[in-house]
Amino acid sequence: MSVPTTHFVTLAAVLFAVGAGGVLLRRSGISTLLGIELMLNAVNLTLVAFARQHGDLHGQVFVFFIMAVAAAEVAVGLALLVAIFRHQQSIDVDRLNVLRW
Amino acid sequence: MELAVFFAAAVVAVATGVVAVAHRNPVVNVMSLVVTFFCVAVCYALLAAPFLAAAQILVYAGAILVLFLFVVMLLNAPLAESDQPRKLQRIFGLAAAALVGLGGAALAVVAIPGAGEPVAEGTAAAIGRLLVGPHLLAFELVSVLLLAALVGAMVLVKRKA
Amino acid sequence: MWAELAITAAKLLAVATVLLTCVPIMVWVERRGAAFIQDRLGPNRVGPMGLLQPVIDAVKLFFKEDLTPGGVNPILYTLAPMVSMFVALVTFIVIPFSADAGVEVFGVPLKGIHVAPDLGVGVLYLLAISSLGVYGIVLAGWSSNNKYSLLGGLRSSAQLLSYELSLTMSVLGVILVSGTLNLQEVIARQGPEIWKWHAVTQPIGFIVFLVAAFAETNRLPFDLAEAETELVAGYHVEYSSMRFASFFMSEYINIVTISALTVTLFLGGWQVPWLTATLSGWPLVLVSAGAFAAKVAFLLWLFVWVRWSLPRFRYDQLMQLGWKGLLPLAALNLLIVGVAMGQGWL
Repeated sequence: MSVPTTHFVTLAAVLFAVGAGGVLLRRSGISTLLGIELMLNAVNLTLVAFARQHGDLHGQVFVFFIMAVAAAEVAVGLALLVAIFRHQQSIDVDRLNVLRW
Repeated sequence: MELAVFFAAAVVAVATGVVAVAHRNPVVNVMSLVVTFFCVAVCYALLAAPFLAAAQILVYAGAILVLFLFVVMLLNAPLAESDQPRKLQRIFGLAAAALVGLGGAALAVVAIPGAGEPVAEGTAAAIGRLLVGPHLLAFELVSVLLLAALVGAMVLVKRKA
Repeated sequence: MWAELAITAAKLLAVATVLLTCVPIMVWVERRGAAFIQDRLGPNRVGPMGLLQPVIDAVKLFFKEDLTPGGVNPILYTLAPMVSMFVALVTFIVIPFSADAGVEVFGVPLKGIHVAPDLGVGVLYLLAISSLGVYGIVLAGWSSNNKYSLLGGLRSSAQLLSYELSLTMSVLGVILVSGTLNLQEVIARQGPEIWKWHAVTQPIGFIVFLVAAFAETNRLPFDLAEAETELVAGYHVEYSSMRFASFFMSEYINIVTISALTVTLFLGGWQVPWLTATLSGWPLVLVSAGAFAAKVAFLLWLFVWVRWSLPRFRYDQLMQLGWKGLLPLAALNLLIVGVAMGQGWL
């Protein structure tokens, strides 16, 4: 194993932090969804790194499922975003407060 | 040699990841995320997961981000002048992200045991056997989920006739 | 290790050179072929039979003014043709051009004229890289600051995405029968006899693949998004000189790639019915490479022939054909292949 698992998991942690920063620090709905995709990729990377360490392919199969679910989630998320845009002419998620008290 | 490739991919991935969440222009965000996903695919190739590397490029970079790009161009939302939340929220957000990142990295360095040997090549045949074997139910459920997402997305964007 | 690297680099260089020389030859074939189909002569003044015409075209394009229109996004405007060229050139590393005859060069096995022979997921890699071709078009359309560009770019990319599905499903039938994603083994699985080639055993899949190939390369009858008479040449209207040449070249290289893929998957690759089963060593490598080139040349002529013989599809007709025609046909093909494999016929 020429590149230790630690390196991959560290990279994944940094990517997850960047993605989390994107979700928390931006108002645009698209940036939120992009941050979510980045976080999902970081988790995928962790799973594959551990799958290699234990010699078990179930980690990779799980990543395959996560990819499929992420595709479904992006489709629905973007459809929601388009519907929101049609309603309020902006993708600022801070303005989605009609149901608030 | 693999270490050099990994470091190159890691540096590019983090740099483009930061650009992807920080830049104002949404098209630049999406394109730099494409590069990030490419680097992640390189990491999968280094981790003996060639099928996942190809699937990552095919699904994530080639389909999901194209959908993002379409929606960005369709919405053509004006670049928000003040796209950032209030000061307090920004501080807390940065702190939370930094905590997660540093915590994860620290755990990675401290808690993972040293390099063992098991590798398990993730070829298409091997993953296929697992998909129709132990994970058959999940496989079928995911196909139903994709159908539900397809119908849901179409219903959400339908204009009232 | 250095010997292997040197051999791979040499193969890469050879393949890239052949690819880039194919473009001017294709330009010449296109213009002379179009002329003969339209009962006229075509370029015949520049060099014998007009053979130097593409060279002069390249010189003309080189000397045109390289302008950047106002109001474009400069990074994306420059990036778009580069993405198209990159995607077009990189797909070639998994296509086997000749037999793996066990020959050795400086003690290292050659493994055929095949740049990446050990890539287990060859077909998947190819599909993945071709799905990235959409970016060049979408970015070109959007960054040009021009309504017609944007419309052309969006239409073209929607077309590419739709036909990519049918393309992938028809390839699935071939993969199902071959049991492997490695292209060299897919060729070996179709024996040298013509009746075992997948074009004969899966004719529906072959037709679907061919139609989808025409749509994927934006060639007539599916070139609405970039024709000069519609949408003012679509997504590359604001590009001139070398950037336009880049798009132009990447389109022809895409055509060569898809033809090579069709030959590999459906027409038996480098095999010739009796010859490749009996030869061995260097003669086998050369004969198989020649056979591959001949088959690809025939398919390239087919692309030119169809372009100048058929009218263009309207955009809604195009999308209907893709979703309501080709995709069900590809699924039917998969069903037939599955049943045939279950019965042991395949």
